[in-house]
Amino acid sequence: MTKAKATEAASVKRYGGMSRRTSYMKRYWQLYALLALPLLYFIVFRYGPMYGVQIAFKDFNLFQGINGSEWIGLEAFREVFAMRDFYTTLRNTFMLNFLDLVVSFPAPIILAIMLYEIRSAWFKRISQTILYIPHFISWVIIGGIVYQLFGTQSGMINGVLQSFGFEAVPFLTDKNSWLITYLFTGVWQSAGWGTILYLAALSGVNRELFEAADVDGATRLKKIWHITLPSIKPTIVTLLILNLGKMVSIGFDRPYIIGNTAVREYSDVLSTFVYRIGLEAGQYTLATVVGLFQAVVGLVFILGSNYISKKATGDGII
Amino acid sequence: MSERTANRIFDIVNITFVTLFVVFCLAPFMHTIAVSLSSNRAIMSGEVTLFPIEINWDAYIQVFSNNSMLHSLGFTVILTVATTLLCMLFTVAAAYPLTKPHLKGRKFFLYLIIVTMFFSGGIIPEYLLIRDLHMINTVWSLILPGLVSPFNLIILISFFKNIPPSLEESAEIDGSSHFHTLMRIVLPLSMPVMATLALFYAVGRWNGFQDSLMYITNPELYPLQLKLFQMVQNNMVTELTQMEGANRTPLTPESLKAATVIFATVPILCVYPWLQKYFVSGVMLGAVKG
Repeated sequence: MTKAKATEAASVKRYGGMSRRTSYMKRYWQLYALLALPLLYFIVFRYGPMYGVQIAFKDFNLFQGINGSEWIGLEAFREVFAMRDFYTTLRNTFMLNFLDLVVSFPAPIILAIMLYEIRSAWFKRISQTILYIPHFISWVIIGGIVYQLFGTQSGMINGVLQSFGFEAVPFLTDKNSWLITYLFTGVWQSAGWGTILYLAALSGVNRELFEAADVDGATRLKKIWHITLPSIKPTIVTLLILNLGKMVSIGFDRPYIIGNTAVREYSDVLSTFVYRIGLEAGQYTLATVVGLFQAVVGLVFILGSNYISKKATGDGII
Repeated sequence: MSERTANRIFDIVNITFVTLFVVFCLAPFMHTIAVSLSSNRAIMSGEVTLFPIEINWDAYIQVFSNNSMLHSLGFTVILTVATTLLCMLFTVAAAYPLTKPHLKGRKFFLYLIIVTMFFSGGIIPEYLLIRDLHMINTVWSLILPGLVSPFNLIILISFFKNIPPSLEESAEIDGSSHFHTLMRIVLPLSMPVMATLALFYAVGRWNGFQDSLMYITNPELYPLQLKLFQMVQNNMVTELTQMEGANRTPLTPESLKAATVIFATVPILCVYPWLQKYFVSGVMLGAVKG
């Protein structure tokens, strides 16, 4: 930046100053006019909250406001790190993300390969249309559906289980069974949508490879193993690493809506914890500390995974 | 076994599995639709699985005669349309200048935007900001905080960059202004990506929940998701009391809850299939380069 400014200043001097600058502005003012409001948005609504992060180091109270509250240094951090719930929610965040990765990561890969093998164009198209739908369904609606499906007394799944002579499973109220419910919603919502990137990678595969394999008498499974899988391997590796980078970040809606007080031992995660202690209990400083902790650790994870991804595959997000 | 039969078997197995997965995606909806159309007796006895039993439309009649539900639907539709328009306006306004390599400060502006993809103040400072701006219990608290998604912005920038510069240059030589070039040349060529981003913004607003939970306490301004959530919570209370042994009948009949869920899902299902071919390419664009 400074170098560019220096050369600009030099050129302004050399070519007689103002006229050059005015002609630049004459050509570009419309672009700056377009940019003005969006930039204002970013400054107010994206950087504004970053300014407010300082209350993590202050004894914040609503009447004195952000600037009026007193500095307390790291005291709030000490308090948070002494809270048992903080560690529980941190553990749950990792646990739910990890289990989700184990269950939901392979699903779109398998599904994409199966879709790729389908030769009937209309069947493929209709399947894809349906498989993408869950991605567009809100967690509130999924929550509503989940209660219809997994309820202990009137839920469909327990109805089916009982009709086969099994005991009803408390999918919503026992923490271990609840994990099944939670993971189910993840696969259901994301498996279809996740195929898009893999199918995109597969659309670039050279069909001649398959023809050559046909000449060699390779079976379909062999072709999948030796051609299809290797050609999406870079995508798999990149997505896996990037997913590992998101281990500390967890959305609010899903655990908050699918979870409940009976399974809080597992369903309370960092995002719901921040909401609970901050907006429900009014402990703004403590909640901001937890949020800041999550943001900083999350950043480290993302930058780290991006670095690894670039090293491993030459592909990253930044 | 001949090669042709092996191929045949593979296809059959493959199609069966894909079909099973499709059914897996549809079954929850089918069950919910079935419940919404079944009689209370059949639901409580657990007979209803994927098809309605003793069909009746009472639940839907109730949903459609519930004024607060209809009000919430109307409000959410208007809110979604307004939000989507504003978001698109701002995203386009930000994306176009940032594709011009000679624009001074371009890099700095890009950094300013990209930083926000990886770091944010968190929800408490955000809440305090909205509070200080006196936007609690106003529609602005639901529209402004998410006005430009940096992710969508990057998608749009990379799309604009792929438009052959010669097209724009020739327009500029003809003396066309930047506004004019944007409206007449760039935007008409970008309809697929515009449709994708509009869909993302619209779905995001339609499905948005946490912000309304944080900022809205006035029932007049309840988006559909918040209204629905209160109903789901009501379900949970029933589930928890049942766990304690009390065999209580739920406050709201199951069929009514199911009908409400379907009621809130249908608008999305009406819009989305028409845009499918666009958003697939949009997602790929976003994935290729951030």
